[in-house]
Order: sequence, then structure tokens, then C-alpha cells
Amino acid sequence: MITARYHREIPQRYRLEAGKCSTCQHVAFPPRPVCPKCKGRSFETVRLSEEGKIVTFTIVRVASEKFSKQTPYAVGIVELQEGIRITTQIVDAELDKIEVGQRVKLVFRRVQEDGRAGILCYGYKAIIA
Amino acid sequence: MIGIVGYGAYLPHYRIKAEVIATQWGADPASVTRGLQLFEKTVPGQDEDTITIAVEAARNALRRAQIDPQEIGAVYIGSESHPYAVKPSGTILVDALGIGPHVHVASYEFACKAGTEAMYVAYSHVKSGEMRYALGIGADTSQGAPGDALEYSASAGGAAFIMGREKVVAEILHTHSYTSDTPDFWRREGEDYPRHGGRFTGDPAYFKHITEAGKALLEKSKLSPRDFRYAVFHMPNGKFPMEVGKRLGFTKEQIETGWLVPWMGNTYSGSSPTGLTAVLDVARPGDLIFMVSFGSGAGSDGFIFRVTDEINKVQDRAPKVRQMLDEKKIYLNYGEYAKFRRKIKLNE
Repeated sequence: MITARYHREIPQRYRLEAGKCSTCQHVAFPPRPVCPKCKGRSFETVRLSEEGKIVTFTIVRVASEKFSKQTPYAVGIVELQEGIRITTQIVDAELDKIEVGQRVKLVFRRVQEDGRAGILCYGYKAIIA
Repeated sequence: MIGIVGYGAYLPHYRIKAEVIATQWGADPASVTRGLQLFEKTVPGQDEDTITIAVEAARNALRRAQIDPQEIGAVYIGSESHPYAVKPSGTILVDALGIGPHVHVASYEFACKAGTEAMYVAYSHVKSGEMRYALGIGADTSQGAPGDALEYSASAGGAAFIMGREKVVAEILHTHSYTSDTPDFWRREGEDYPRHGGRFTGDPAYFKHITEAGKALLEKSKLSPRDFRYAVFHMPNGKFPMEVGKRLGFTKEQIETGWLVPWMGNTYSGSSPTGLTAVLDVARPGDLIFMVSFGSGAGSDGFIFRVTDEINKVQDRAPKVRQMLDEKKIYLNYGEYAKFRRKIKLNE
């Protein structure tokens, strides 16, 4: 992940900042320049809640090189209280005890690192509530 | 009135038992648990570090203080395991919590007392009238060389304190610091693990600095140990804080509420600050708290707190540290622990 892209995504990765359409109130995460519902172009920045539930998940046993030392690990789709769905790792959990529908909360974790000497990238992950 | 307006702790879910480490190195598990009074310790997840621990602890402090993060004028993180050698940990924390960017940020280092340094400076800023709120944090993912005695204790965790003037939950009545050149424990630039002077870390270092800072604090305050409900000292193992407390005139009952080390390990910069959060979790209005940290090299910071009526309102707004210590634990074997702590050499 290049530094500039990581820096650009900080408001979403760190603070779950979404765009709420001033016209139709649709919440887009990540924010969009044009509302997908009403084509409006005016947005208010809102922070999503850090609580949600697991919609579905899978266990990754063969991962890309950056994540290969973490296998096996869980990745799931989590629906936050606002109805927004995000893809995230589900961590600090015994893998055979993760279930669809479980309540989770989002925590701040290291997501990846750019090799031994590059930048460290942080963001949200889910833990069982 | 100036003091703590919000506090919070964070401990990882992973644990390793002292007997597992002892067995790995052919040591007698009973002599470790009996001699050092260490039973298990926290281990950071593979995706946890000083910054993530500091963020979670500070989120809990904000939940208790219920203030606008934008009003925090300074953020200081004390640690001896900052993830970057050059780039302050607080730069990431402020963006994660919505503090700043009009904020003063710095990383502190002073072995195990970097956390109380951060608290001390945060308190001083508010006291000077420079800002409304300041945040001081102590957090670490402590290092101990494989097979070294430190491996039984070096753990992970942290605590955060928001200092302010309004809705103070624990007023700071007195402070005192004591520092000297005492090379009891150190880590040279570029080294992976710290070195220590064995028994030299005891009397000339830990005990001397805490008792000197403690005695000065008692003299300044004109209080005696029996006036305090609680006492918290730096916790490198189970034995030392009880012994130093006894030397200063405190009882086991005054110390054991904040005495987390037998099941948490030594969270270095987070050690005495996390002990303080355990006390604040159960303290009642009017209680006096005596606290002295210790950082090798060496120095001690002492504080006297008086708990206010506000404490009742904030205790249940965030998870309590004993809860974090007792619930949702995931135990690791030594191999998993070595992998988590990156003690295994890998190809790049």
C-alpha cells in the first residue's frame, strides 16, 4: 500500500467517516462524490457506530504473502447499526466459535505493514462483543 | 481543582502462563510462581502494538470523560516500545480519536515510567492554564529476551488519563519526582532486547528511587501511609511492590487492589498507570491514593490523588480493568507466543 493512498483513506479506516446525503439522507461508506440514490452532490460527514453483527464470514487458510503469517484467520462482512456493511477481519476469536449473527465491536488494530522498513497501516477490525 | 477527568485501560486478550515459559527453558515453574509471584501475563495480538493499545485505552478514557476530543490540547504517549523509531505514536492516535490537528503531540521514553511522565506533563499543562484538557498515556508491548528472567514478566497493556479542571474524578494534590544516573536496565540503539543488572535492579534502583520519591511525597503532603485508602507502585514482579510498600509503611490491603502484576505481568510504561485504573474502578469519594512509578535508568514519579464525588458517575461508562484481566482470555503455547512476539527469525 503506497503512503499517499493510505493517508487518503485515514478518515474511513480510523474514524469510520461516512458521507450522509443532504438531500435524501442516504449514508455512503466510503463517501462518494455523487449520491448513488438521488445523485445529490452535497454531503455531511458522519461517524458510523463501532457496533454491529456478523452477516457472513470465511476462514482464510491460504493468504497472500502479507497476511500469510496470520493464517488461519477470519474475514467477515459486518453490518453496522446504520445498516452499512463492511468487510473486516474478525480477530481475537476462537475460529470454531464464530457464528453468523454474533454481535461484534470494532477495534483499532494494525492492518498491514509495508515490509520491515515501510510504513505501518492501521484501521478497524472486529472482535466478538 | 485539577486532576483526572477521564481514565481508561486496555489489556490484550492473549495470555501465556509463567509455567509454560519456565518449562520451555528447563526452569522450575514453582520457583517462578512462588519467587516472583507471577502466574501469567498478557501478550499482544499479532496486530497489536503500543499505538493500538494507547488508542483503545484513550477511547475508554473519552467514554468516561464525555468531552469533545477537539478540546484536548496535548497528547503524550510514554512507552519503550513505540512502533516507529522516528514518527511519534501520538500522530496516529490523534487521527484515530478525532483530536486535533491543532494539538501538541510527543512520545516519551523513560523505561517503565514513561507513562507517568506523560501524565505529569499533561497535568502541568492544565495547571498552567495553557489548555483545557491534556491526555497522558502509558502503553507498552514490553520486550524480554528469550530465556531471560524478564520473559516471565514483560507483557502488554496500557492506561490513559485525561487531565482537566471540570468534573474532576481524582484531584491531584501533590507530585514529586526523583531521578539519578543508575544503570540498572537499558537497551542500546538497534538492540532487540533490553539488558539488566540482575540484583542491581533491586536496592540501588527500584527500592531506592521509589522510597525516596515516596518519602518526599509524604513530607510534602504532611500525610502518613495510614491516611491512604490505596497505594500503587510500579510492578516489575509480584514481590517488589509489596516489599517497597512495606518499607514505606503501607499494608498489603492498601496495595492489593492495584496489584495486577501476578496475572497481567509487567506492562512497563503501562504498569503503575494500569494499577491506578484498577483502583479508580472501585474507589469511593474522599479516598486518598498514593502512587509512585519507577523507570530504570532511573527515576520515580509520585502522585497523591483525592477521589471526588464525580467518580460514581464515570466508573461504569467503560470496561473495568479487572474485567479485562479475567474475561475472554486466549492462552498461547510457547511456539505461538514466540511467533506472536516475532522471536522467530523469518525470511523477508
